[in-house]
Amino acid sequence: MNTKAAPLLDVANLTLRIGASGRTVVNDVSFQVFPGEIVGIVGESGSGKTLAARAVMGFIPPAVRLEGGTIRFDGQDVMAMSAKDLRTMRGSKVGMVFQEPMTSLNPSMLIGRQLDEGLALHRKLDAPARRALILDMLRSVGLRDPEGALTAYPHQFSGGMRQRIMLASVMLLKPALLLADEPTTALDAVVQRDVMELMVELTKANDTAVLLISHDLGMVARYCSRIVVMCQGDVVEQGLSEDILARPQHPYTRKLLSAMPHRLPARLLPEAKTPIVAVRDLVVDYPGRQGFFRKGEAKRALHGISIDVQPGEVVAVVGGSGSGKTTLGQSIAGLVKPAGGEIRFNGKPIQKSDAAYWDYRLNCQMVFQDPYSSLDPRMTIRQLVAEPLRLVPDMTPADRKARVAEVLTEVGLGDGFAERYPHELSGGQRQRIAIARAIVRRPSFVIADEPVSALDVTVRAQVLELFDELQKKHGFSCLFISHDLGVVEQVADRVIVMQDGRIVEEGPRDDIFDNPRHAYTQKLLAAVPGLESTPEGGVRLFWRRTENEASIVG
Amino acid sequence: MFRFALTRIVMALPTLLIVAVSVFVLIRLIPGDPAQLMLGDLATPASLADLRARLGLDQSLPVQFGIWIGNVVTGDFGQSISSQQAVLPLILQRFWVSAQIVLVAVLLASCVAVPAGVIAAWKQDSALDLGLVATATLLLSIPTFWLGLLLLLFFGLKLEWLPVVGYVSIAENPWAGILYLIMPIMTLFLHEIGVILRMARASTLELLRLDYITHARAKGLSERAVLWRHAFKNAFGPTWTLIGLVLGNLLGGIAVVETVFTIPGLGRLLVDAIFARDYPVIQGCMLFVAFTYVLVNLVIDLCYPVFDPRVTAQ
Amino acid sequence: MSSDSTVSTGASVKKARRMKLPAPNAIVGGTLIGILLATACTGALWTPYDPLKLSFREKLAAPSALHWLGTDEFGRDVLSRLMAGAATSVWISILTVTLAVIAGTTIGLFSGYMRGWTDRIIMAFNDALLAFPGILLALGLLAVVGANKYGIIVALGIAYTPSVARVVRGTVLSLREREFIAASRVMGNSEGFTMARHILPNCIAPLTVLATSMFGYVLLAESALSFLGLGVPPPAPTWGNMLAGSRPYIGQAVWLGIFPGLCISLTLLGINLLGDAVRDRLDPRMRGSR
Repeated sequence: MNTKAAPLLDVANLTLRIGASGRTVVNDVSFQVFPGEIVGIVGESGSGKTLAARAVMGFIPPAVRLEGGTIRFDGQDVMAMSAKDLRTMRGSKVGMVFQEPMTSLNPSMLIGRQLDEGLALHRKLDAPARRALILDMLRSVGLRDPEGALTAYPHQFSGGMRQRIMLASVMLLKPALLLADEPTTALDAVVQRDVMELMVELTKANDTAVLLISHDLGMVARYCSRIVVMCQGDVVEQGLSEDILARPQHPYTRKLLSAMPHRLPARLLPEAKTPIVAVRDLVVDYPGRQGFFRKGEAKRALHGISIDVQPGEVVAVVGGSGSGKTTLGQSIAGLVKPAGGEIRFNGKPIQKSDAAYWDYRLNCQMVFQDPYSSLDPRMTIRQLVAEPLRLVPDMTPADRKARVAEVLTEVGLGDGFAERYPHELSGGQRQRIAIARAIVRRPSFVIADEPVSALDVTVRAQVLELFDELQKKHGFSCLFISHDLGVVEQVADRVIVMQDGRIVEEGPRDDIFDNPRHAYTQKLLAAVPGLESTPEGGVRLFWRRTENEASIVG
Repeated sequence: MFRFALTRIVMALPTLLIVAVSVFVLIRLIPGDPAQLMLGDLATPASLADLRARLGLDQSLPVQFGIWIGNVVTGDFGQSISSQQAVLPLILQRFWVSAQIVLVAVLLASCVAVPAGVIAAWKQDSALDLGLVATATLLLSIPTFWLGLLLLLFFGLKLEWLPVVGYVSIAENPWAGILYLIMPIMTLFLHEIGVILRMARASTLELLRLDYITHARAKGLSERAVLWRHAFKNAFGPTWTLIGLVLGNLLGGIAVVETVFTIPGLGRLLVDAIFARDYPVIQGCMLFVAFTYVLVNLVIDLCYPVFDPRVTAQ
Repeated sequence: MSSDSTVSTGASVKKARRMKLPAPNAIVGGTLIGILLATACTGALWTPYDPLKLSFREKLAAPSALHWLGTDEFGRDVLSRLMAGAATSVWISILTVTLAVIAGTTIGLFSGYMRGWTDRIIMAFNDALLAFPGILLALGLLAVVGANKYGIIVALGIAYTPSVARVVRGTVLSLREREFIAASRVMGNSEGFTMARHILPNCIAPLTVLATSMFGYVLLAESALSFLGLGVPPPAPTWGNMLAGSRPYIGQAVWLGIFPGLCISLTLLGINLLGDAVRDRLDPRMRGSR
């Protein structure tokens, strides 16, 4: 953007190490941020990006030591600053927005007071002037009732609203640099986009430079003019966004790019007469809160949903939080009892006969979201994967052992893993075990509830690839639930979009992605980039617009 | 807020009821004729018949319970077998003595231990922290009856600064009364410092990990401002609840300190009653202490929203 | 979403450090507990003198080469009595904790499994029993059961059952929210099988922590009750009743008041230190290896 001669932030050869002889977590990292520009640092867990960013503000945890390099902010060496100077810098020159909106505001302090604190510290204004500034800022971040917010507590606001309040709090002081550490990761896809747009708007208006840290390459590419790619503590590549995307040099960058979901040509499935799973008018209610006197109002989670899943088909269900997609998956899996409606498996209603139910039970399996919670920590891998086989009639112990070994190989984990425990494995490996456990009975129908959402980007790609491979090999049908449209684009044959417990749109994948009709679908799609491969092995991103925005020049 | 208070109060009622039932059942479990047990050696056929009629012993158990609870609610806890006094006034008199000691000790201990615990957490793993934790652990490992004995030995016998036995009510003679209370209070004070400091330190450590502390620093606030304005208030909430537990535990266990210093408190009343098989007093004490404990916890719960506004939203 | 936050770096560093050396907490605590258990075991089988043997010639003798810790008002050797007392107290505490754990786990598991109104009613009774603070319930039970060695075990066991039940029920309820329980149900396992195979084994860790800290509380409670005269009745020695017996002679024979109290304190200190070390060790791991 506005590259004057002197960079606002100049990080040179920064090296941070744990303890005296421990691991180097940030290794010889150099990058610059010029006034007014937006720079993004992209990396996965363990890349050191968060530590490097926090070091800019002087927040180095006690266990970590500065081994070498300098951080200069506006010409001054941050590491050599006195405590007083650091305090002056923090807040008024450099501001920081954190990832978790739920815990970054003091729960027992009024919003007004929290916003006033920084302002009172750094500016010489009297109380009424400060109040006016605060109200103004709250209005510009989109709060409908700024006066009310002043005397409210954080818990009275949703995650997205809290993040806006955080932005207001930080931008009140018009810092020269804003550090945004995964500011939208904990938010819904649609809300994410809104908050990012707000952040960009505010920083442009105040000429604030931004250092955006994220694992989401797509989001970073969209908003940042320059990108720094970090891996295991090193900067592997940096440059202009378009250059990085179109002509990636380093293998890791290429890996990151290829991990971004690509659309493959739609496949034709054979016509089938009966869908393998048919859901009709499914109604599910959340029980109301049980007080001693009266039951609270029951909230309707699903308002009569009807879905068909054909044999061998992958049907994706997408929606934001509160859309009911998880409840749908849970009720089809039998974890939640529906208040009304019918589920048929191979044409037979499962709620009516025991035999039909049991047939369904054996053939329907589920993969869960959290690899850290879906495996019993006290069981070995072998026990975990073999457990479902317990209920399969006519299998000898030898058969079971063979099947377990077979399935472990299929998910890419050798026999050496069989005697290990879940806590010894990484998130990606655990999710492979979860998948192995789900397919060990060779089910005909698998429900996958956000199976890759909790994983790192490159790991995500691997697991998705595995899932895809297995689905093609074994031909099971799949109900794939996700909030991430990018992931869905890669795996789905058909897409169903849900909002507030209702289906708002459904259709073949290409139709939904290329010609969305419903406003909510368009909003969801606007938050996700489309990819086009370039001849040099890179990608070009393009962003869809919703109908309202079609006329806005971006 | 009103709904919150009302809910809490109503939720306490079943507990009180079950407590009353438990106490009633407990005493009835003792083999033998209840009337005989109540009157002990002073029983005459006439008084036995009279008591049986009053307790409704010829009627069903629930009715007997009803009669008993009815009496309790109107303040009639029966009569002590040993001393022929009405039980409730006796309990209240003794409770006043115990309460002075417990409340003063816990109040003083909190004033010292809570800030110390917060500071220890703030300077985690420093020499100050390790020293404070070691002292606290040491203090809470010493049983109160031994600590009292040691204090008695030192200040009472060796130095002869404080009286060793006996008690005088403050109402009668303030200066002498205080002298008698100093050592028991000091015993509990020292012990509870250990308990409360560790609890305050643990809560503070929990919340120092949270993002809003870093956020406060990121605003440029000084360490002291962050500590007192953000950490302290939030740490106090859980500690406040635990202080309620401490008070309760002391109510239950003060008998040992009263024994060491020969203080006529509620604990000692109960223990003497157990030895003397004075069942009305045993019943009365148990009911009274349990009810007081429930009330104390209720008050603590009702004050909680002051520290954590999220509570009323639930 | 895994990310390299400062917290995880700190915790993993601490974890790495602890893997190499046990913390000083653990060493001191472990040593003290080791001494206690060794004394208790020895004391059950052998003591230098017969703890009950009276010897008026030697009464109130100060510590000497003959009687390392002196004698009491009946001429009984203090060291032998302390050792025998250790055996008694440890034995009583173990039995009490076992009773409370078995009863409490059964109630907690049942309540957590049934949920709904059954759970509420059971917990209402449980909480009402918890409304009797400290040793109050035990005192009341002793009035009914009678004050002796077995009375204490029953009274304290019942008094501590509600705390165990509450912890177990809490663990069961939180485990139910974990996805591997849902996975078990989707697999087709019955609720009963899920409880036995998945929930119960995962309760063992919190139960172990609870049982260890309860051991300390029970030991202290037993000493306190014996001090009050409601515990193990004399002449059988226990540290609590030895302290009680020392009171009339405290001026002349100060050692009678020092040693029993010192034993109780050192034991509790050991338990507290060890408990701290265990909790610190478990803590980073309990947060998951993210």
